Amino acid sequence: MNEQVKIDIDRAERTEKLQGMGCKRKRVEDVRFTQGKGSYVDDLKLPGMLFGDFVRSPHAHARIVSIDTSRAKALPGVVAVLTAADLKPLGLHYMPTLAGDVQAVLADEKVLFQNQEVAFVIAEDRYIASDATELVEVVYEALPCIVDPFKAMLPDAPILREDIKDKMVGAHGPRKHPNHIFEWQIGDKQATDDVFARADVTIKEMLVDHRTHPSPLETCQSVASFDKVKGELTLWGTFQAPHVIRTVVSLISGLPEHKIHVIAPDIGGGFGNKVGAYAGYVCSVVGSIVLGVPVKWVEDRMENLSTTSFARDYHMTTELAATKDGKILGMRVHVLADHGAFDACADPSKWPAGFMNICTGSYDIPVAHLVVDGVYTNKASGGVAYRCSFRVTEAVFAIERAIEVLAQKLGMDAAELRMKNFIRAEQFPYHSALGWEYDSGDYHMAMQKAMDAIGYKALRAEQAEKREAFKRGETRELMGIGISFFTEIVGAGPAKNCDILGIAMFDSAEIRIHPTGSVIARMGTKSQGQGHETTYAQIIATELGIPADDIMIEEGNTDTAPYGLGTYGSRSTPVAGAATAVAARKIKAKAQMIAAHMLEVHEGDLEWDIDRFRVKGLPEKFKTMKEIAWSAYNAPPPNLEPGLEAVNYYEPPNMTYPFGAYFCVMDIDVDTGVAKTRRFYALDDCGTRINPMIIEGQVHGGLTEAFACAMGQEIRYDDMGNVMGASFMDFFLPTAVETPKWETDFTVTPSPHHPIGAKGVGESPHVGGVPCFSNAVNDAYAFLGAGHIQMPHDAWRLWQVGERLGLHG
Amino acid sequence: MIPGTFDYHRPTTVESAVALLMKLGEDARPLAGGHSLIPLMKTRLASPEHLVDLSAIEGLRRVEVEGNDVVIGAMTTQHSVITSTVLAELVPILRETALVIADPQIRYKGTIGGNCANGDPGNDMPALMQCLGASYQLTGADGNRLVPARDFYLGAYETALEPGEILTEIRIPVPPAGHGYGYEKLKRKVGDYATAAAAVVITMVSGTCTSASIGLTNVSETPLWAAEAAGILVGSTLDAATVDAAVAAAEAITNPASDMRGPSEYRTKMAGVMLRRALERARTRAIA
Repeated sequence: MNEQVKIDIDRAERTEKLQGMGCKRKRVEDVRFTQGKGSYVDDLKLPGMLFGDFVRSPHAHARIVSIDTSRAKALPGVVAVLTAADLKPLGLHYMPTLAGDVQAVLADEKVLFQNQEVAFVIAEDRYIASDATELVEVVYEALPCIVDPFKAMLPDAPILREDIKDKMVGAHGPRKHPNHIFEWQIGDKQATDDVFARADVTIKEMLVDHRTHPSPLETCQSVASFDKVKGELTLWGTFQAPHVIRTVVSLISGLPEHKIHVIAPDIGGGFGNKVGAYAGYVCSVVGSIVLGVPVKWVEDRMENLSTTSFARDYHMTTELAATKDGKILGMRVHVLADHGAFDACADPSKWPAGFMNICTGSYDIPVAHLVVDGVYTNKASGGVAYRCSFRVTEAVFAIERAIEVLAQKLGMDAAELRMKNFIRAEQFPYHSALGWEYDSGDYHMAMQKAMDAIGYKALRAEQAEKREAFKRGETRELMGIGISFFTEIVGAGPAKNCDILGIAMFDSAEIRIHPTGSVIARMGTKSQGQGHETTYAQIIATELGIPADDIMIEEGNTDTAPYGLGTYGSRSTPVAGAATAVAARKIKAKAQMIAAHMLEVHEGDLEWDIDRFRVKGLPEKFKTMKEIAWSAYNAPPPNLEPGLEAVNYYEPPNMTYPFGAYFCVMDIDVDTGVAKTRRFYALDDCGTRINPMIIEGQVHGGLTEAFACAMGQEIRYDDMGNVMGASFMDFFLPTAVETPKWETDFTVTPSPHHPIGAKGVGESPHVGGVPCFSNAVNDAYAFLGAGHIQMPHDAWRLWQVGERLGLHG
Repeated sequence: MIPGTFDYHRPTTVESAVALLMKLGEDARPLAGGHSLIPLMKTRLASPEHLVDLSAIEGLRRVEVEGNDVVIGAMTTQHSVITSTVLAELVPILRETALVIADPQIRYKGTIGGNCANGDPGNDMPALMQCLGASYQLTGADGNRLVPARDFYLGAYETALEPGEILTEIRIPVPPAGHGYGYEKLKRKVGDYATAAAAVVITMVSGTCTSASIGLTNVSETPLWAAEAAGILVGSTLDAATVDAAVAAAEAITNPASDMRGPSEYRTKMAGVMLRRALERARTRAIA
């Protein structure tokens, strides 16, 4: 074996040992999760712990005439029953929302949605608490309710929020009606209107991204334990952003922030549902402060689906203007946003409609104008980013459906129309008409790769044949080809435009190397299943040359982790992942000084080699990071402090813009409306890939949730404001049986501004998947003149389309 | 999702179970697999003060041939129905139906007797039992009586069971050798109740349908035995016009509620589509 081969093998072996970036490292957290050894909030058992349960409103809109808690209090085992009257003196009957509104903790005078919290029973066990909720007697006087957001601002609409009815300027500017929350405008209205007035071709479609729910398997829950002697509060909870919760609790309760210990243990999925603050958290805290013992609150499934943050409910009038040969000239969108009873959206403060202004998508659209009106209705509040960056799913749905509507009007192939309008690779960094700076991309290459992989031309030919066969009565199946080319905007975000309650949206990492060369690192983010313990360790492994297995990642304890804004909006890798790399590089710089001292050479004479610094030209003279770590503590160079650790708070210079090309082939049984996904191909470009296996898992999960949303999942209300189907019997959570098989693929376009070039991927498949499914369904019926078909595409709704088109004989 | 307080009883004989139910009266409910009752209790739509668990009673789990009948003990699980070689040979539609009930975990616990006795219109077995002409043995303080499945269902969750009575056995006349059968169920996902479902058993002689029976699931307050629709098929070659007429007759007796599975008219039409498909499968299976 020659010398070079030996060196190559040695380097390959050392690289593999690290299990660093780019390798399919197995998820370390799965060892406990797959054995049922995870530790969730509800696993917590503290001495003397009491249990809380809510009395909830059966009405969507009603005045509370009286509340009688005497029978409940008389039940043996009941310790306390809280109502708004108890919270009022503490100023806690309302709490601030992340969107600048307030939200009732316990209903004061009025209830505004069905299942709203009215009283909180605290008892010795959860059975007694539940029994006692039935003994609280509440007299209601029902009021007319608003379920349809289009009726919210009618002149004679009942006023929902009497608490703010005279406050005609909200957190985001003037309100046009007592049921109006905000109007948000962006873009050049005049220029856009001018383009539409002149354009050869325009389309206009009402696209509804219906109300649904993130529905994590673990519901929202908390345990509060107040130590009266120390005056300290420990709060365990299902928090995607534990530090923000600590700050909010401090601001609401008046307890100094250092006396509040917020701990998010293992979390069983979040998807945006666990970003906000809920009445249950507040009531468990109040209960514990009042009673001096721990109080646990655990939501059940119906409570989760019907009360804690919903997603979507965007009614988007979407218009495109184009030349007759298919060059898009302008986009105009008006959104009516149904926020429910309180504005509890979890968006960065300056963005009342999130990043809806990414709605020009992947296309070079010269001008655009977007208006969003938020309104109150008698529904649960929320409007969270369900597995997406803030409102990006809605934005991508709007453009990706609209472009198909335009293609049909132009008589052009939908893939060709996209190709014609894509932002070109050389245009990056690209400034969009609605104000974003896209960091990097090569859309044409990704699209072409996807089209080749799926066999696009052959599929269109097959579809043409099947359409003819359908017309001849030889088949009762319709074939649809769905396309979606999405651009995400994730990694919130730069301090200049991203903050939550005034806290800039940086994130953080603290890395500490022990004398023996193993590592503990803590981040301000919080995994809910994303695999942070695995992937952050891979970043550090590559940066510092320490095996990932020797690196422990810890998140969720606000006493030990550096302050961070948490995990949502695919921000962990773009922000905390960047902080991790930067902190590691600080350590590496110090390590180089130590190595130089150890090797008695100048720092500049050293070069990095996988897991060591070696002397340039003398590869046999080296010090491994492990050796350097020992020296750092025990024999540091003169004038250098001992130790080897670093912290970085990373404020991203820009967002990152992952993108992807998705294709779906669907066969629909016209007689039942049942749609079967024959193929689904997903090409994702998330920049540098840290762990391909975790990426694949994220894509599978995101696509499955996209499939659910597009094909049946919804939170529906009847005319009386009764929430329908808030259980897993009706709420569509696909099982392995219903879930299509996913084909995944990728291109790599690193982010130019991110230390390791990574962009984030957890939410891309959801964002891109929803319109892809919907486009497949719409494409199936398009040749029959169906027009736009609204989601969700469950069987009965598709059967109704067939009925409308006279397809059932 | 927290049930109210209840007492739990676990008798070991049918007699003691019946005695308990008689003694405890309306506050007591027999418990078989529990897959209908326990969710109702967790949502407090049902709050029985006593549960009389039938699972410790010997002899209620059996599948035997008695003369021209197959007899199935009420506590026989759906899983046992699926794996029974006797049933697979003599009444294969039972297996086909059990396989579309819920999921494997639930079928290990869920029982055929509970499925039949509860009177939930969403359950699959009742319409099948009507289709097969099965009878239920009801055991009470005065002993046993036999009630045809076609007479058993009075309304949603209302059955011919008298206070204290337990459905202990299901007796199914074995369909003739060579019969054709099919159970077609439209559901939104695994574990769901039917949007609509149809059970069909036919016999064919020289291309002519000589007997037919049809049951419909979850398209009314009770399971439906579509006698008129079946009657239309008998004597025909199952030609398109006849099938259309039978489907129309079946659709005419449905009265489904509008729910999250779809509006009433959709579910009626789906009963027709399921019937059409079950019939087609039965035809291909019948040895003419």
